[in-house]
Amino acid sequence: MSGLEDLYREIILDHYRSPRNRGELPSPPAERVEAFNPLCGDEVVVYLQVDDGVLSDIRISGQGCSISQSSASLMSAAVKGKPVNEVRDLIKTFKSMMSIHESHLGTGAGGEDRDGTASQDGEDRGGTEDEGVLIDPEAMGELAALQGVVKFPVRIKCATLSWNALAQGLDEAASAGDVGTTD
Amino acid sequence: METLSASGTSIDPVAIRADFPILAREVGGRRLVYLDSAASSQHPRMVLDAMDNYYETTHANVHRGVYAMAEEADRLYENARTSVGRFIHAPDPAREVLFTKNATESLNLVAYSWGRHNLQRGDIVVLSEMEHHANLVPWLALAEERGIQLRFLGIDDAYRLDLTGIEDIVAGAKIVSLTLMSNVLGTMPPFADIARLAHAAGAVVMADGAQFVPHLPTDVGALGCDFLAFSGHKMLGPTGIGVLWGRRDLLEDMPPFLGGGGMIRDVRLDGFVPSELPWKFEAGTPPIAEAIGLAAALEYLEAIGMEAIGAHQRSLTSYAQQLLNDRFGGDLKIMGPAGVDDRGGVLSIAYRDIHPHDLAQVLDQSGVCIRAGHHCAKPLMRHLGVTATARASFYLYNDESDVDALADALAEAGNLFW
Repeated sequence: MSGLEDLYREIILDHYRSPRNRGELPSPPAERVEAFNPLCGDEVVVYLQVDDGVLSDIRISGQGCSISQSSASLMSAAVKGKPVNEVRDLIKTFKSMMSIHESHLGTGAGGEDRDGTASQDGEDRGGTEDEGVLIDPEAMGELAALQGVVKFPVRIKCATLSWNALAQGLDEAASAGDVGTTD
Repeated sequence: METLSASGTSIDPVAIRADFPILAREVGGRRLVYLDSAASSQHPRMVLDAMDNYYETTHANVHRGVYAMAEEADRLYENARTSVGRFIHAPDPAREVLFTKNATESLNLVAYSWGRHNLQRGDIVVLSEMEHHANLVPWLALAEERGIQLRFLGIDDAYRLDLTGIEDIVAGAKIVSLTLMSNVLGTMPPFADIARLAHAAGAVVMADGAQFVPHLPTDVGALGCDFLAFSGHKMLGPTGIGVLWGRRDLLEDMPPFLGGGGMIRDVRLDGFVPSELPWKFEAGTPPIAEAIGLAAALEYLEAIGMEAIGAHQRSLTSYAQQLLNDRFGGDLKIMGPAGVDDRGGVLSIAYRDIHPHDLAQVLDQSGVCIRAGHHCAKPLMRHLGVTATARASFYLYNDESDVDALADALAEAGNLFW
């Protein structure tokens, strides 16, 4: 059951049972982005309010598995009130964490039979370094709890669903002229 | 455990399991408990051997060679067609049994060939809300392309087809195409009765037998269908082979579906003449080894007996309904008809509010393979008010110990999330 405990950490279950920033924002003025995982029917709706380059408010609605919903909740807590540039950096860092090879996480929890499969695909490794982002799980706070998802490749899309929606929302806010700068 | 069928023949799942090499493997140190046969079933050694033997001794393209080995391949392939015909009691197997890639392709073949040949703007096609996407999307595409009208039989509170006003619904329909067994609910609609009404209204009738044909005796005459679609890989056969059975006069009248080698009598630069049945609908090199594997699978099923397999499925489903109900009470809901008279061995489960993907993930740690998702039936999911279900499904190699393992794993999932 060790792999399963890596996936369903207590922090994740806590955010699943008691999601933070649950609800909606009036849109407009807030951006509203829906994201679906067609494979499993997970659905996340992200509402975000950007004022003067700051993500001043965020709300999450939708339904889905514990990973998609807890990731959205953890995300909302991590980005609320942060400058948009910092949020964009965090999105990049989180997505890198989700694409990193598990053996690079240094958790010592390498799965028995999953190692063989994963070692064949070196692309993920390269992809992480291409981004030029160094992953320091310590610096990610509660979000680091989601790194166990990497061991369950089919669930990675669940974890990144809300983050993709957030990135899209920031782009839409920027093109709407609310934000002056984009990366 | 032994299950006694009505005819007195019995099934011994432990002995049967010994015929399936894959069922001897372990997952994470636990016995593999395979409860996903509704998605794809496993293979007895004789199916694998039949295909290996073909590749090792007889492989050649069919319908083209004059040498002895090619003739042998040809004979094996056509014998497979006859086996399929016998299995579904087709009156004219040599003409009416078409090999396709899977049930999806069979259903598409009818929508594209029969549909485009026979349906005009405003023509009515009757389906149900519990259909698999394979029996929805081809018709939705046709509706978009030429404005046919789709009507749907609904679902009642007991997860059965709502037949209220069915005479009005089928009135004027050109084709009625329905599942014989829902891949989500297990529901088996009263197909023969519906077919009678549909025929009386002048409609052609198609049956999606992907879930039904592997589990119960199938007789196209008794069902009263004009087309029957099913897949080899859900009935112990390999992937890549499906079947469309069709009434000969309908098939004769239909234009080819795919064009290419094997399906023509003559080709000129200004046109072509299609071949006769069944080759008119088999363009290109067909799945030869797969047809031979499917024939071996049918032989295996027939040796055990479809009556006995059906009885075993009912017995196991009944055991599961009772056990899950006793053990989890109101925390667990089975989305499908109660009892086993008009349902198959497909159990869509909602357990507390644990998401099906989380449930399937936790069950996997116990070696229990179930499927979580929308099962290619999104309109049905919307009707049920869910985005996904967790589905366990049974076949002849499953027994009560597998159901016990499912229940134990569900309890573990409950402990993890609460």
